[in-house]
Amino acid sequence: MANEGLNKAVSGEYALGFEIDIETETVPPGLDENTIAFISKKKEEPEWMLELRLKALKKWETMTEPHWAHLDYEPIDYQSISYFSAPKEGIDSLDEVDPKILEAYEKLGISLEEQKQLAGVKVAVDAVVDSVSVKTTYSEELKKHGVIFCSISEAIRDYPELIKKYMFSVVPMADNYFAALNSAVFTDGTFVYIPKGVRCPMELSTYFRINALNTGQFERTLIVADEGSYVSYNEGCSAPTRDEHQLHAAVVELIILKDAEIKYSTIQNWYPGDENGKGGIYNFVTKRAICKGDNSKVSWTQVETGSAITWKYPSCILKGDNSVGEFYSVAVTTLAQQADTGTKMIHLGKNTSSTIISKGISAMKGQNTYRGLVKIGANATGSRNYSECDSLLIGSQCGAHTFPYLESKDTQGQVEHEATTSKISDEQLFYLRQRGINEEDAVSMIVHGFCKQVFSQLPMEYAVEAKALLELTLEGSVG
Amino acid sequence: MTKSNNGSIMTIENLQAKIGDKNILKGLNLELEPGKVHAIMGPNGAGKSTLSKALVGHYDVEITGGDIIYKGKSIIDMDAEERALEGIFLSFQHPVEIPGVNNAYFLRTALNAKRKHEGKEELNAAEFLRLMKSHLEMLGMKSDMISRSLNEGFSGGEKKRNEILQMLILEPEVIILDEIDSGLDIDALRAVSEGINKMKDGKRSFLVITHYSRILDYIEPDYIHVLKDGRIIKTAGPELVAQLEEHGYDAIEEA
Repeated sequence: MANEGLNKAVSGEYALGFEIDIETETVPPGLDENTIAFISKKKEEPEWMLELRLKALKKWETMTEPHWAHLDYEPIDYQSISYFSAPKEGIDSLDEVDPKILEAYEKLGISLEEQKQLAGVKVAVDAVVDSVSVKTTYSEELKKHGVIFCSISEAIRDYPELIKKYMFSVVPMADNYFAALNSAVFTDGTFVYIPKGVRCPMELSTYFRINALNTGQFERTLIVADEGSYVSYNEGCSAPTRDEHQLHAAVVELIILKDAEIKYSTIQNWYPGDENGKGGIYNFVTKRAICKGDNSKVSWTQVETGSAITWKYPSCILKGDNSVGEFYSVAVTTLAQQADTGTKMIHLGKNTSSTIISKGISAMKGQNTYRGLVKIGANATGSRNYSECDSLLIGSQCGAHTFPYLESKDTQGQVEHEATTSKISDEQLFYLRQRGINEEDAVSMIVHGFCKQVFSQLPMEYAVEAKALLELTLEGSVG
Repeated sequence: MTKSNNGSIMTIENLQAKIGDKNILKGLNLELEPGKVHAIMGPNGAGKSTLSKALVGHYDVEITGGDIIYKGKSIIDMDAEERALEGIFLSFQHPVEIPGVNNAYFLRTALNAKRKHEGKEELNAAEFLRLMKSHLEMLGMKSDMISRSLNEGFSGGEKKRNEILQMLILEPEVIILDEIDSGLDIDALRAVSEGINKMKDGKRSFLVITHYSRILDYIEPDYIHVLKDGRIIKTAGPELVAQLEEHGYDAIEEA
């Protein structure tokens, strides 16, 4: 009996599928040196950046798309994608932002206007529509603390030394097929630099939106936390409902120096496609952090509810002694979504420790794979890892798969791995319903309970958003 | 019309039900009177648990005949949650664990669903906590029961006390206690019985399903019904307990 009701409860409608009706400038589909030159020129980039891009393109052309992941999708035609699209008119201040964009952001629940006035909880927001960063709020106030928070295009122009030093230092330009593509064509993204000893006074956020038809989004994020600094950074994403697949291939690099900490949270809600696998975002993302200095710490928290295909392994290279890496993940696949996601924890320094908490939720025809690597190097004495990978199945057509890999050169290293797979049982549902809680609320209560360890890692206001999003994804028929 | 005009709160008429292919209830008749404690006793496999499941709309049970009239209306086509909101409560024999779901949050959601259904205002977190705490001590429950996950890692006694806590908070009108005393030590049994006795208000009706007579020393029943092979074969006063103890169920002849 429960199955029909469950399917109804988990085929949530995508609420962010509207299109923003703004004039854009889009290059024709196709990728060659001319496209790269066009992008670089549009971005008013220095010559050295163009050269790096062209070098990346050359490398990419020699590479082949990887297919080791537990994913099944139509081939991507890289020549049919447009690699640059931008709102037509340049934007310098919030007042000049097209009211339609503001309206759209209001719909998305991240009104810039409102945030500007919000006292107390200040969140600095950078919003990226298609290929261009439309607005960075709070830049002035951040400047007072020496914090740099700007679009990556600006950073290339204004802080070339930092960019030259750190870009490609964690994810080399030819690290993998999608990273190489991104290195060649990245159109915008965010740059953050937190100076020595500074605790960033507010949460930093970037909101990504793929809007234009037949475009890809290739953003690049680079965050450098200098010695003894701290920053909490959040990103969110959405895209309109379309029948065609769209490609998103991002790269995120985090550099954490001695005694510094970065908390990086993602709420990914790209359009997932329909229940037959029509449309939806192909999300191929390379995210990597290096804890370079001693006692440094990085923590990735991700809530992945969107995209038709997700290929993503936010990783931590724990180079500094006593450095700490954490990965907290909730990945939801419903409809015909497929996710192959996890993390890599590379222990190089002494007494390094890592924690992996992965929660996969599958419903309808969703396929969820956890893929993780824990590697303990020969010099990483006294290192520890704890991994917990739990899967929750809703209904009988979905699947969950777990591939944990372990390489340990240090025989003293402590590695603990726990994995469970459970089903939302009819018994659990019935128990809640016997107490007067309706079926959809009961499903949502069980799912939230399952995700609790991860949600508790998110900054408060994002935890609320994540819960609401999960509800939307899994119980769209409510109300 | 039904026989419910004599003031019964629930009337079970010629109820037939099966689980899978197996016919279990074979024409069961029973009337629950307001303010009374009805004990259902019977051997293993007689249909005791099936009866409790049928009353709350459990998915395992298929009703094949007869009717259940509650407050003058048939409820056999009602969803489980609707029956609950209308005041039918089952204390589960084996309460299921739900990881990560905060006990207080769950219970407040349930209470507010009921209050909303009754057109009452919902309780906020502070008001609810006061209410919950007021019951914990009487049940001998630690205050960490507020924040622990629902039934997760609870001992047998803690699970049963938590069922009674839910009953006290939800204030149902028909209370079905399925083997409430199984696995309880003497302290837990006392606490649970005290909770049940506190709910007696001359209006609520109790259906105590039990294997053993032990619980009946603590909750005085008004009626003993013997359930055998899917039917109630005898109804009598509490004096029947001693007779059953002595001679067993086989000695009972159909009335």
